[in-house]
Amino acid sequence: MKVDKKIIVRVLAIVLSYALITFLLRMGLLNRQYTALLIPIGVNIMLAVSLNLVTGFLGELSLGHAGFMSIGAYAGALFSLHVEMPALPSILLAMVIGGVTAAVFGFLIGVPVLRLRGDYLAIVTLAFGEIIKSVLNALSFTNGARGLSKIPLNANYEHYTIVFIAVVITVLVIANVVDSRHGRAVCSVRDNYIAAESVGIHVSRFKILAFVIGAFFAGVAGAIYAHNVGIIKPTTFDYNQSIEILVIVVLGGMGSIKGSIIAAIILTALPEVLRGADDMRMLLYSIALIAMILINQSGFKEKLLERFHSGKKQKAGE
Amino acid sequence: MALLEVKNLGIAFGGLKAVDNFNIAIEKGELYGLIGPNGAGKTTVFNLLTGVYQPDTGTMELDGTDLVGKAPADICRCGIARTFQNIRLFKKLSVRDNVKVALHNDVEYSLLASIFRLPSYFSREKAMNEKSREILEVFGLEKYENAYAANLPYGKQRELEIARALATEPKLLLLDEPAAGMNPNETAELMETIKLIRDKFDITILLIEHDMKLVAGICERLTVLNFGTELASGETSAVLNDPKVITAYLGE
Ligand SMILES: Nc1ncnc2c1ncn2[C@@H]1O[C@H](COP(=O)(O)OP(=O)(O)O)[C@@H](O)[C@H]1O
Ligand SMILES: [Mg+2]
Repeated sequence: MKVDKKIIVRVLAIVLSYALITFLLRMGLLNRQYTALLIPIGVNIMLAVSLNLVTGFLGELSLGHAGFMSIGAYAGALFSLHVEMPALPSILLAMVIGGVTAAVFGFLIGVPVLRLRGDYLAIVTLAFGEIIKSVLNALSFTNGARGLSKIPLNANYEHYTIVFIAVVITVLVIANVVDSRHGRAVCSVRDNYIAAESVGIHVSRFKILAFVIGAFFAGVAGAIYAHNVGIIKPTTFDYNQSIEILVIVVLGGMGSIKGSIIAAIILTALPEVLRGADDMRMLLYSIALIAMILINQSGFKEKLLERFHSGKKQKAGE
Repeated sequence: MALLEVKNLGIAFGGLKAVDNFNIAIEKGELYGLIGPNGAGKTTVFNLLTGVYQPDTGTMELDGTDLVGKAPADICRCGIARTFQNIRLFKKLSVRDNVKVALHNDVEYSLLASIFRLPSYFSREKAMNEKSREILEVFGLEKYENAYAANLPYGKQRELEIARALATEPKLLLLDEPAAGMNPNETAELMETIKLIRDKFDITILLIEHDMKLVAGICERLTVLNFGTELASGETSAVLNDPKVITAYLGE
């Protein structure tokens, strides 16, 4: 019964949000600026949920998520630029290629780096992101600092269905993995790796699993990004980009997939809503981040939830 | 042959020999006590047996399998499970999930089954839920099943650690001061539960205890550690009456 209810809620959420987007687009209720937000929101949901797997569920601070995004963007874009194909199979393949390439890098970096703990991992992933940027800058087939342009716009708002499906798949796969024996093993590593080892969990195996899955979906998101904007440069995927994704994850709540989705929508839309205040964006980010951390730490949220629940109970008892 | 055979086990931290020339042979089905004053090296013996530390000298065999050089996770698969002196639960997981993590290697399904929610996912998860419930019932923990481990009362947290260790179906269970921080009533109850576990699960138990009166009631044999070396070992009553042991404890 419990499982059934969860599935119904999920299906409903998916159908309703797709219907809503379709309705808004078809009725012409969104102006150009808001329409242009649709794909970036999807991309940020994918980035945040995949980073949450690493940071929230595995408990490792990764500051190189934009690095995996850039690998996916470049791999996907290079494919579309060099292989002529109808739009649909082309974008599907570009996404898979972007994801797999990023996952391979995730594995290659993860194996040595995930032996490091805590702060070291954060520093190495940060360096990784910067190295990827420099390499993309230096290589000729990525066209150096000028980057790639004229990438077919196979994932812009006109193709929102494909992007929507990609977002749904990302969220479902990660939610399903988290709620399984593999995901429990990942969480056990976060909570206490010595205890995890003591009950037979191979800690490094599950660190790599989470890292590779996270990298894969960051890569797919990168490919979508490239095919929405049409131009990518190494500087697009810098340190700030990684931090922005991290901010979404922290705001949404570590280990909360729902929270990541909501925070991704709000924080992507915020600058547009506060148009004119765009220069203030980073400032607002910082203020929001500090406020959230204060709220999380002070137990304010717990009290609020408690009040909410007891209120509901009272109503039911009336 | 004994279930656990340890010979000449030793490890030093810097200059300090935390454990030196440690020998022990535990028979199948025994409830064996390892006692000694604080800092004697008891927990270090557990850390050596479970692969958390690698020994400088000596051999360790479980049921004829060499344990030296094995990673902790592999030693668990060989059949040793443990609890910790300082409780180490998966705090942000539910009580049930704490046990289910320990069933990870016992009830398997593939990553693809997780992702695509294949039938094997549902059937094996159900089996895991039933199994974890059975184990939790031994400790009367089933009513806390959905609570976060961190929210359990202290004594229950200690019991959950034992439940989690049992879920790996060990041949040998290592308990590190399981009664630490409990009141006398809880302690007496726990000691009964430990005896019951040994019989019900048909396992062998090595129990660390700081307070030697506690172990007198339930352990058949004892080894006393002091400054990393064995002070005495043998039948419980003989060891507890050994003048050397009495002086070591009085001198504490
Ligand atoms: N990782 C370590 N590094 C340095 N010293 C240690 C370490 N682990 C234990 N020791 C030392 O070894 C000695 C024995 O400790 P321990 O085994 O915890 O004692 P017990 O469990 O009998 O109270 C102590 O002096 C302790 O400080
Ligand atoms: Mg100790």
